[in-house]
Amino acid sequence: MNRSIIDLWVGIFVTLGLLALLFLSLRVGNINGSQLYQPYELKADFDNIGGLKVRAPVRSAGVVVGRVESIALDKSTFQAVVTMKIDGRYVFPRDTFATINTSGLLGEQYVGFDPGGDPQDLKAGDVIKKTQSAVVLEKLISQFMFSKAEEGSSK
Amino acid sequence: MFELVGAGFRAIGSRVVNGIWRIGFCARFFGTLLILSGTSFRRPRLTIREIYFSGALSLIIILVSGLFVGMVLGLQGYDTLQRFGAADALGPFVALSLLRELGPVVAGLLFASRAGSAITAEIGLMKATEQLSAMEMMAVNPIARVVAPRFWGGVISMPLLAALFSAMGILGGYIVGVIAIGGDSGTFWSQMQASVDFHHDVINGVIKSFVFGVAVSLISVFEGFDAQPTAAGVSRATTRTVVISSLAVLALDFVLTSLMLRG
Repeated sequence: MNRSIIDLWVGIFVTLGLLALLFLSLRVGNINGSQLYQPYELKADFDNIGGLKVRAPVRSAGVVVGRVESIALDKSTFQAVVTMKIDGRYVFPRDTFATINTSGLLGEQYVGFDPGGDPQDLKAGDVIKKTQSAVVLEKLISQFMFSKAEEGSSK
Repeated sequence: MFELVGAGFRAIGSRVVNGIWRIGFCARFFGTLLILSGTSFRRPRLTIREIYFSGALSLIIILVSGLFVGMVLGLQGYDTLQRFGAADALGPFVALSLLRELGPVVAGLLFASRAGSAITAEIGLMKATEQLSAMEMMAVNPIARVVAPRFWGGVISMPLLAALFSAMGILGGYIVGVIAIGGDSGTFWSQMQASVDFHHDVINGVIKSFVFGVAVSLISVFEGFDAQPTAAGVSRATTRTVVISSLAVLALDFVLTSLMLRG
């Protein structure tokens, strides 16, 4: 077999393969989007996290600013401690409100940040005090049913 | 009656002993191969030639089957997803199933039947025509000169082939989902980028295809080296390569998936 033909085809094959890997990481996998720039850690205590999962996004005004790093239960307060990694380019005021939201009716759950007006910013390792738990659909429905039932009996 | 039972047990026993012996032999063969693979990198021309035979010549079958698998995924995925009003999720569906499972696994199966069988037949025939013994007579180690370059050629080719398979499959899904059915191109790509994670999906797929490459290449060269030096022996070894490699790919895929999904 001619040596230069082998070289040519191996060259084409390896180049194509590397291009495919590049395509998969940039166009399909969006390598920039999932990497956080010099991330720092924030914690928040929630009464109920609903279906929040590790690696769920943290959004502020709809923009992804971080990811949920870990979820644990505090042994003394029985609250859920959510640890988040936040992109180093963004800082938030100390009275930022953390809520657990759902994108769409059946979509994934994420942590939403509503910034307040405090002049001081949250630093790495700080704990967000003001939080709102996830809305649990079953509780909402049962509240609605009970209030309906009470209306019926008072008439 | 008693003799029959004894013969049955003896048959089971000899199969088990033989199987264990072969596993041990294969492990020692693998160790020798690794120790002697310096030649394949000191003389890269040997390895490049094998990349040509097992990688470049498999391009057509990988590209075409990747395209068709992707197009079928697009059709089936659209049909199922639109029942739940979730046709937007076609992009993530196609990309995740290809990157995580179908790309490495189907490329591994195709690689075993296209390149693995050829490697086994070649080494087996070399053994049957006593070319390997002739090399040994000339103080050339056949494992370093013949086996190791073929092994490394397969290990290098396999991840590239799997990546090409996944890329072609995603293009196939795009052709069906966007161009043929008329979905939105922007939704297709942006939904895909939002749900495909570089680390968890792309890198894990590459790790999988690398492991499959090692397994299929090792089985191919081992079966060829261990073949009975007759025409029937070589054909049996070739069949065994395809069967054992396919089973190994599927079993390893389960193990790797369960490790990766938990982590």
